[in-house]
Amino acid sequence: MKVLVAVKRVIDYNVKPRVKADNSDVDLTNVKMAMNPFCEIAVEEAVRLKEKGIASEIVVVSIGPKVAQEQIRTALALGADRGILVETDEKLESLTVAKILKGVVEKEQPQIVIMGKQSIDSDNNQTGQMLGALTGMPQGTFASEVAVDGDKLNVTREIDGGLRTVALNLPAIVTTDLRLNEPRYASLPNIMKAKRKPLETVAPADLGVEVKSTLSLVKVTPPAERSAGIKVDSVATLVDKLKNEAKVL
Amino acid sequence: MAILVIAEHDNASLKGATLNTITAASKIGGDVEVLVAGSGCAAVADAAAKVAGVSKVLLADNAVYEYQLAENMGDLVAELGKGYSHILASATTTGKDFLPRAAALLDVNMLSDVTAVESDDTFVRPIYAGNAIATVKSSDAIKVLTIRGTGFDAAAAEGGSASVESVDAAKDAGTSAFAGEELAKSDRPELTAASVVISGGRGMGNGDNFEILYKVADKIGAAVGASRAAVDAGFVPNDMQVGQTGKIVAPDLYVAVGISGAIQHLAGMKDSKVIVAINKDEEAPIFQVADYGLVADLFDAVPELESAL
Repeated sequence: MKVLVAVKRVIDYNVKPRVKADNSDVDLTNVKMAMNPFCEIAVEEAVRLKEKGIASEIVVVSIGPKVAQEQIRTALALGADRGILVETDEKLESLTVAKILKGVVEKEQPQIVIMGKQSIDSDNNQTGQMLGALTGMPQGTFASEVAVDGDKLNVTREIDGGLRTVALNLPAIVTTDLRLNEPRYASLPNIMKAKRKPLETVAPADLGVEVKSTLSLVKVTPPAERSAGIKVDSVATLVDKLKNEAKVL
Repeated sequence: MAILVIAEHDNASLKGATLNTITAASKIGGDVEVLVAGSGCAAVADAAAKVAGVSKVLLADNAVYEYQLAENMGDLVAELGKGYSHILASATTTGKDFLPRAAALLDVNMLSDVTAVESDDTFVRPIYAGNAIATVKSSDAIKVLTIRGTGFDAAAAEGGSASVESVDAAKDAGTSAFAGEELAKSDRPELTAASVVISGGRGMGNGDNFEILYKVADKIGAAVGASRAAVDAGFVPNDMQVGQTGKIVAPDLYVAVGISGAIQHLAGMKDSKVIVAINKDEEAPIFQVADYGLVADLFDAVPELESAL
C-alpha cells in the first residue's frame, strides 16, 4: 500500500526562538531550520512499514518555500521514495494546509497518511485532524503504536491518563507522538542516493487551493520572565520558607 | 451571540477542565451553552446545568458518542455549532482530537491552547513552546478555540440552574471504533488539577526511585509528574510528562527534582505560582526559574523532605 508522509520545515529544535524587536513575529532571519521532530517520527514510521513489507511506496510532501526541498531530501535519504513540494512563500494557516494536503491525497490515493501531531513553531496540533474531516478519513492522533490488521489500522493513542486503541478503516490518518519510534539517522550513501530520487514541484493552485488567511497576528511578545529566586542551604530552610514565606504548604 | 462549550467528561462525571473553559466563554461574553455528548451521561448534563454562568445544556446521549470518537464528535459539533458565534473545548487530548475536525467541516480556522481572551475576536496563545506569546485576531464567522485550563480560573460548579435539552443526533461515521484502553490507576490527584506537583527528571536514575517522590506526594496530596527525559528513559509512563509535548500545569507549588530545566520542560510548568528545584548541579538552568533552589543530592534531600513535612 502507498503511504503519504507530510513534513514541515521549522526552526531547529535546539534553537531558542527570539521575538523581533517590533513585536511583529518571531525572528527567523539566519536561524537554523530543520525537519519538525514529530515529522521525523512520521517518516521513520513509514520507513518501518516499508521494511515490514506493508508499505510499497512512500511519498513525502512538504508545503512551503523552495528551500523546503531540503527537508524533503532528508526524508528521501531516510527511505522515502519520492517527494512533492507544494511551493508557496505565503504563511499558511492549518485549514489551508489541510486543503492542500487533501488535493495531494486525491491525486496520490494513499492508504495511510502519517504526519506529526504538531509543529514546534505554531504548536497548533490541528492539520491531521482537519485533513481527516475534509477527506472523510478516520484518524489516530498522538499515536504511540501503529499496526495494520487486515483492512483495519489499529492505532494506540497517548491520551490524558493513559493509552487508548482505536481501530480505523483504511484509508486513515495517523499523527505521531514522541514515543511512536526513535528516528534513525541518514547514512552518507543514502544522502547521496536521495539526490537522485524524484522530486516534483507543484503550486497550491494546481491542487485547486486558493491561499486565504483568516487569522492575523496582532503582536508577538516574549513570555513574562521568571526571575531566579534564592538558594536555600537545607531541606529544613526550604520547608520553613514554603510554609511561612510562600505559604504554599 | 451564543457560545457553545463542549463538555469534557467520562460519561459519569464532568471533568474539571470544562469549568475553566466555561470561564473563558464567559469572558468572551454572550450566552454560554454546554454540549454534553456521550452515552448514559445524563448525570454529566445535570452537573453542567448547575455550573454558574451556563444558560442551557444540550445533551446528545447516544451509543455512538460513548467514546467520543473524533469522527463522530467532529460531525456532531460542526452540525450543532453552526448557529453559534464561538465553539470552545478544553485543550485536552479529547478536545484536541475532535475540535479541528469540526472547524474544518465549518470551513474555519481554529486557535489552539488559548490562554487569554482580549475581545470576542482576539485571543492570546503561546507559540514556539511558550517562547513567544501571540495575540491573534480571527475574522472567521465562527471562532473555534481550545482553552488551556491554566489560563482561566474554574467556574463555580454550583449556583447555576440551566435547562437540559436533549439533542436528537446519532450519526455514526462508521469509519472508526474503540478497541481498548489502558488507563493509569492512581489515587493521587490529576496532574493538571493538582495544587501541588512534584516531578522527577533524568536525575532520578530509574523508575523504582520515583517511589521516593510518591511518598512525598502522598503525604501532601500532590500529583507526580516527570520530565520528557525521564519518560524517554522509560522510568515512567508518558501520561506523567510535563512540558511542551506533555501536560501543561500551573499548580501553587511545583517541585522539580533532578530536572535540569530544558526549555521544553519549562514550557509546561513555568506558570506555577511557586517553583522549587532540587538538583545537585548548581549550574542547572532550572535554578534560573526556581523561587527556591536547593543544591543537593536528591536521594538525600527528598527523603529528608518527606520526614520534614
